[in-house]
Amino acid sequence: MRQWTVDRVVDELSAAEAERRDRGPITDEYPDFDLATAYLAQDRLIERKVASGETIIGVKLGLTSRAKQTRMGIDAPLTAWLTDAMVLPAGEPAPMARLIHPRVEPEIVFVLGEDLAGPGVTAARAMQAVEYVYGGYEVIDSRYQDFKFKLPDVVADNASAGRFGIGPVARSPHDIDLAVEACLLDVDGEIVDTATGAAVQGHPAEALALAANGLGRRGHRLKAGWIVLTGGMTDAVFLNPGSTVSVHFTNLGSTSVSGG
Amino acid sequence: MDAAERRAAAESLLGAYRGQPIGPLTQTYRGITPEDAYVIQQLQVERWKADGRVIKGHKVGLTARVMQRQLGVDQPDYGHLMDNMIVLEGQPLRMSDFVSPKVEPEIAFVLGSSVVGPGVTVPDAISAVDYVLPALEIIDSRIADWRITLADTIADNASSGAVVLGSRPVRLGDLDLRLTGCVLSVDGQVVGTGAGGAVLGSPIHALAWLANTLGRLGVGLEAGQVVIPGSLTAAHPLAPGSVVTATFAHLGTLTTRMERVAQ
Repeated sequence: MRQWTVDRVVDELSAAEAERRDRGPITDEYPDFDLATAYLAQDRLIERKVASGETIIGVKLGLTSRAKQTRMGIDAPLTAWLTDAMVLPAGEPAPMARLIHPRVEPEIVFVLGEDLAGPGVTAARAMQAVEYVYGGYEVIDSRYQDFKFKLPDVVADNASAGRFGIGPVARSPHDIDLAVEACLLDVDGEIVDTATGAAVQGHPAEALALAANGLGRRGHRLKAGWIVLTGGMTDAVFLNPGSTVSVHFTNLGSTSVSGG
Repeated sequence: MDAAERRAAAESLLGAYRGQPIGPLTQTYRGITPEDAYVIQQLQVERWKADGRVIKGHKVGLTARVMQRQLGVDQPDYGHLMDNMIVLEGQPLRMSDFVSPKVEPEIAFVLGSSVVGPGVTVPDAISAVDYVLPALEIIDSRIADWRITLADTIADNASSGAVVLGSRPVRLGDLDLRLTGCVLSVDGQVVGTGAGGAVLGSPIHALAWLANTLGRLGVGLEAGQVVIPGSLTAAHPLAPGSVVTATFAHLGTLTTRMERVAQ
């Protein structure tokens, strides 16, 4: 049996994504697989995507609910990479034939107007770097069976990144109280969940600051023009073929994704 | 259930307000229906009125899809708000007044005119509302450990406890009720977030449902009455010393606290 290394983790996760199959947690087979190793694997996974022609356009934050962080034994969100290949243009269905078991969650989305580099970033400083706020959604798609994983597994899997879409309304972050900015999650016309921005780390700017600091410690900076998915506001709902999931925000408009 | 059984069930619930919670009525009275349960609720309301209490409005419960699923129903239910259940903001709640209290943030309607069903539409309901207030409902169960089915909670005044109302009125026309967000914090921690859309799609739907449901019983909603239409978030349990804050978009904040019990 081939020894477990960072490269083998990347090989196996890339193959699972390309061949559209899920697998058991790598932590079950690779006892030394820790968080630091997992981030190395995540960075290498993205290097390969970039080498194959994709462009990094931002980051996504994961595990931004304090309850989930407590369950996972961490005190800051995860980060992962977004590339241009993950963008779903408005009206385009999610490509079900290329996804394993996609789920949708509503997101408050930032676009940065300037670079942001931790450590030492506060929520106020983070907010200063945000040029626009959008409402959007993420289609997450774990390469692990039933979304069952430990922390290093999900980090190496680019935090279950799949596709994402951004709504039509851009607002200045200074015009909106994001803590009470609400979202309705609607599946085929039925509201299945509601939340506000406070569900994301108390405030999405707190999540951004923690993420910038975590990335800074690993030698990465967030760049002007980048998109930041700040984290799921509600639990994710399954996206089924032919079904439409819509997200409706108080000030950030509505957008939808269908299973195509 | 016959009339004597209904009276006995009402007595056992009335007794539980002063003493120990009781077992589920659905176990004591196997054949109990929702209709029986509303009669049992009404018997308690009649007793409270005889004791000098005044009906100040209603609550609508089971308005969240997850709660309806848990109880296997597709309808909300309602209970009565008596004057002694309405608490001022800043007036501490007493743990001894409750069995197993939980808190829910709501957008309360105060009616400016009467509205009588059946046939009440959303515009009719909107026209009857004078203003809205932020509210915190303290729900409670006289059935031990919240082991409730639909008939249990209906009989138990829809698991009502108390209501804390804010004091800054806002006109309905200035709000998008569905998209009004709320953050529920307990002891400084965010314990839930949600929006008006969590309440039957919109809190105004709960008001129309209530007017129509009561209308079929020959009861109207009166000017000045308060209707609390259902929670924007999941309910959160309260402990002695808990400080609860609801922060609403456009409606401001509302705080209440549960008195610390001397050991």
